[in-house]
Amino acid sequence: MPDGVQDGTRLTETFRAEGITKVYETGGLRVEALRGVDLTLYEGELVVLLGPSGSGKSTLLNILGGLDLPTAGQLFFKDLELTACSAHDLTVYRRDHVGFVFQFYNLIPSLTARENVALVTEIAADPMSAAEALEMVGLEHRLDHFPSQLSGGEQQRVAIARAIAKRPDVLLCDEPTGALDSKTGVVVLEALDRANRELGTTTALITHNAGIKDMSERVIRFADGQIISVDENPVKKAPEELTW
Amino acid sequence: MVIRIDALNRKLLRDLWRIKGQALAISMVMACGIAMMISSFGTVTVLEESMNAFYDRTRFADVFATLKRAPDSLKEDIERIPGVSVAETRIIAAVNLDLPNMAEPATGQLISLPERGTPLLNDVIILSGRYPTAQRPNEVAVTDAFANAHGMAVGDSFQAIINGNKRSLEIVGLGMTPEYIYALGPGSLMPDDRRFGVMWMGRKALAAAFDLDGAFNNVTMSLQLGASEEEIIRRLDVLLEPYGGVGSYAREDQLSNFFLVNEITQLRTSGAVFPPVFLLVAAFLLNVVVSRIVATEREQIGLLKAFGYNDLEVGWIYLKLVLILVLVGLGMGMALGLWMGGGMITMYTTYYKFPLLDLGIDPGVFTSAAIISLIAGMVGGLGAVRQAAKLSPAVAMAPPVPTSYKAGALSRFFSRFTISQPTRMIFRHVTRFPVRASLTIIGVAFSVALMIMSLFFLDSVERVIEVYFFQAERQTLTVSFVEPRPATVEQEIQHLPGVIQTQPTRSVAVRLRNGHLSDRKSIIGIVSGADLNRLLDSDQKTIEPPPGGLALSKHIAKDLDLKLGDLVTVEVLQERRPIEQIPIVRLVEEYLGFQAYMHIDAVNRLMREGPTVTGIHVMVDSRYADDLYATLKDTPGVAGIAQQTATLASFRETMDNTMNVMIGFYVALASLIAFGVAYNAARIALSERARALASLRVLGFTREEVTYILLGELGILTLVSLPVGCLLGYSMALAMSPMLATDLYNFPFVIENSTYGWSVVVVCVSAVLCGFITRHRVFGLNLVTALKTRE
Repeated sequence: MPDGVQDGTRLTETFRAEGITKVYETGGLRVEALRGVDLTLYEGELVVLLGPSGSGKSTLLNILGGLDLPTAGQLFFKDLELTACSAHDLTVYRRDHVGFVFQFYNLIPSLTARENVALVTEIAADPMSAAEALEMVGLEHRLDHFPSQLSGGEQQRVAIARAIAKRPDVLLCDEPTGALDSKTGVVVLEALDRANRELGTTTALITHNAGIKDMSERVIRFADGQIISVDENPVKKAPEELTW
Repeated sequence: MVIRIDALNRKLLRDLWRIKGQALAISMVMACGIAMMISSFGTVTVLEESMNAFYDRTRFADVFATLKRAPDSLKEDIERIPGVSVAETRIIAAVNLDLPNMAEPATGQLISLPERGTPLLNDVIILSGRYPTAQRPNEVAVTDAFANAHGMAVGDSFQAIINGNKRSLEIVGLGMTPEYIYALGPGSLMPDDRRFGVMWMGRKALAAAFDLDGAFNNVTMSLQLGASEEEIIRRLDVLLEPYGGVGSYAREDQLSNFFLVNEITQLRTSGAVFPPVFLLVAAFLLNVVVSRIVATEREQIGLLKAFGYNDLEVGWIYLKLVLILVLVGLGMGMALGLWMGGGMITMYTTYYKFPLLDLGIDPGVFTSAAIISLIAGMVGGLGAVRQAAKLSPAVAMAPPVPTSYKAGALSRFFSRFTISQPTRMIFRHVTRFPVRASLTIIGVAFSVALMIMSLFFLDSVERVIEVYFFQAERQTLTVSFVEPRPATVEQEIQHLPGVIQTQPTRSVAVRLRNGHLSDRKSIIGIVSGADLNRLLDSDQKTIEPPPGGLALSKHIAKDLDLKLGDLVTVEVLQERRPIEQIPIVRLVEEYLGFQAYMHIDAVNRLMREGPTVTGIHVMVDSRYADDLYATLKDTPGVAGIAQQTATLASFRETMDNTMNVMIGFYVALASLIAFGVAYNAARIALSERARALASLRVLGFTREEVTYILLGELGILTLVSLPVGCLLGYSMALAMSPMLATDLYNFPFVIENSTYGWSVVVVCVSAVLCGFITRHRVFGLNLVTALKTRE
């Protein structure tokens, strides 16, 4: 499959990264966060990024999401060369194509669940309704609750609903279960899995929990700013079967 | 030497550096309050001490009286009035001056000096030259200000028309007098050193010139400690009545002293009213900023406590922050206050002619300023400091729960409309922190109000000028006579060059009495169909002088507790001194020089005289003005010429010099407050919501959309504060207006639309400016780190 052929059909590339390097220079200190990463992600697949802290996975995720630009290398989202985009182009790219889910949910405390999702649907081209998105994550009964009235798992599901409501091409999740207990984490992963299956969204998921890798199609391991291995997972498990 | 700063203090300094913009705004607002307090009270102290020192040194009299002519022998009777310490008789005469550099005539007030020695009372301080010699009738000493205004010095000469004769007078000395610290000429509204000068001459020479040998027409006296001023004045009036006394008066009614004391009182009022407001605004800002710092540093606070620092030590860190801001504000305020006070004193020396002491560091004022600013700092900062001290370490180190929001009534109301989520965020945030939002609104509103209140003075003065100079007093000049003249003098004036129109006037000195209340005023006689000097009602419509009664200024009516239809006792203080009960048939609104008015024929009937005038209002063709002035200068019997244009010019000049400076200052302060409040509000909002805003950027919102959410709140608060500020400014001006009124002028309550407009514009510009600065920070938001950190 690394050559992009699955079941004899050629897969469509979502991302193609070539020689991505990211160097941070802070206070005279030079940190190479990514050192010449080559990677291709395909439409509709779910990949898990594993690796110790500082191995470069978050940096890559941020670059894929258009939050940051690499120091060197080329990155394509379909035919769009992200590495040639201006800050404004990147904003438009995020708005139209990317959904984000974070460890700390990043909900707007002054807006209800429905309104947090509406925040995105209002500026998206072809969104589902906020209620629909919340229903997909099983929160149809919590529409008008404010973040302060929701549990951590519920807040994260609102964040997922917010990310998928615009029917994004890619869903980028940085430790979405990091702040949750395992039981709640499973519910959150189910929501992500469902979005991936039903919407065909290319999903990249960073985690420290090696157990989660079993729900992915491919596992990409990072160390010292480089990809050290890409493994296919022949038997994809459902989230409720996972343990960690 | 290496200065060792421990870690906590280093943290304090870095925190301070991080919030330097906000810290500076707070300290500056505080500094403004302190500066106003120090400059006002410091100047009050200087004025008061200088005045008292000058009065003591020159032996300024306690009681003053003017009369027509009394024999010198009467002085002994005056001295025998119980309680009189020293009495001194003088001759005082107004003369016209012919000055080389002026076409129009000027007025001189000639005051006699005793034959031997210096005056016992109201001494002249000779600054250069000497006292005039008694034997030389052409020697005079003049006020320093008058000589300076004309570029004259000791040894120079000028012409004066003394009792009909033109004489050359030589200046032998320049001096200052306590009687004319504020040197108002007859009929003037403002001191004008070019058109009015005080001069001293030997008694004999002056007596000879005015046929007053062995006689006097003015007496002043000092009183013994504890003597009853009122009783002495009453007895003096009885003594002087047969000699044409026009009523004696105490020092507090002496014109120059009246103005000086009044100025000091006003200064003290403004020094007490404004600073507290600035300090309250500063306290509010301090509270918001320190609370925010404590909120963002709760984890650090928890950590410190976990390490074993006690509540007191932790509280002390934040208290030090408050203290530094207060001390910086105090220091800047003190320096600024001394500088401003110096400027104010320089300004006073232009209008008040007496030696002013230097503005020193008044320990009393400085101590109160320090105490008051510390109190403001404590009021503002202590709540937040206590929060820090009380925070339990376990709670502090756990992440705070998200700020809880509820859909309030307002929110439900808005949900009926389709509004975008960003707009909803703005409204929710405003309504979630109502106290803070209200305080921000009040802060900005106050700066609008401060602007309105300052500009209101200009509107008011413009209205006074419009009504007084262009509607009520439309003559070019007024010729007044030494003695009342037959009305036929009007025809003589009409034949002078350049005279277009004339109008006679008759003015009589009276005491108006209602029970125990009384006031020395003039009754002005006005002709029917007057076109130059007109009587106006409250709507500035011309009204005819009432034939059978008195038209009284509302101001006087209020002082004497009189209303329309009441009878007032009129005691004439001249000639036959009739006393009559006259009904008040009209009340008139006046802004300058409050008087009582009657038809001129009624005044003459009151005086039991035929058609008589004391002055003629004249409208002059400006092309012939110089010829007319030349003729009038040489006309005997002309006591003075009051020119409206010159009065208006000096009025405007004074306004430009004093008011505009003060107003400029207030506008700067108002902008500073608006900026300080708005900037702090924006920065706090940014600090609280940086993460939410960064999240929105990640979700695909543009910088502009995110800026809208942040600044939209500031915009709404500013918009709400504008009408609130206008209303507040309106109320404050309304309250100020009567407080500023004196016995000589009124500040009518007028606020032009342009005043509201400018106030709103200046405050909006401040808010927009601070929006721009904050926008820059929104643009610089680091998306990646904002997402990684938890709230």
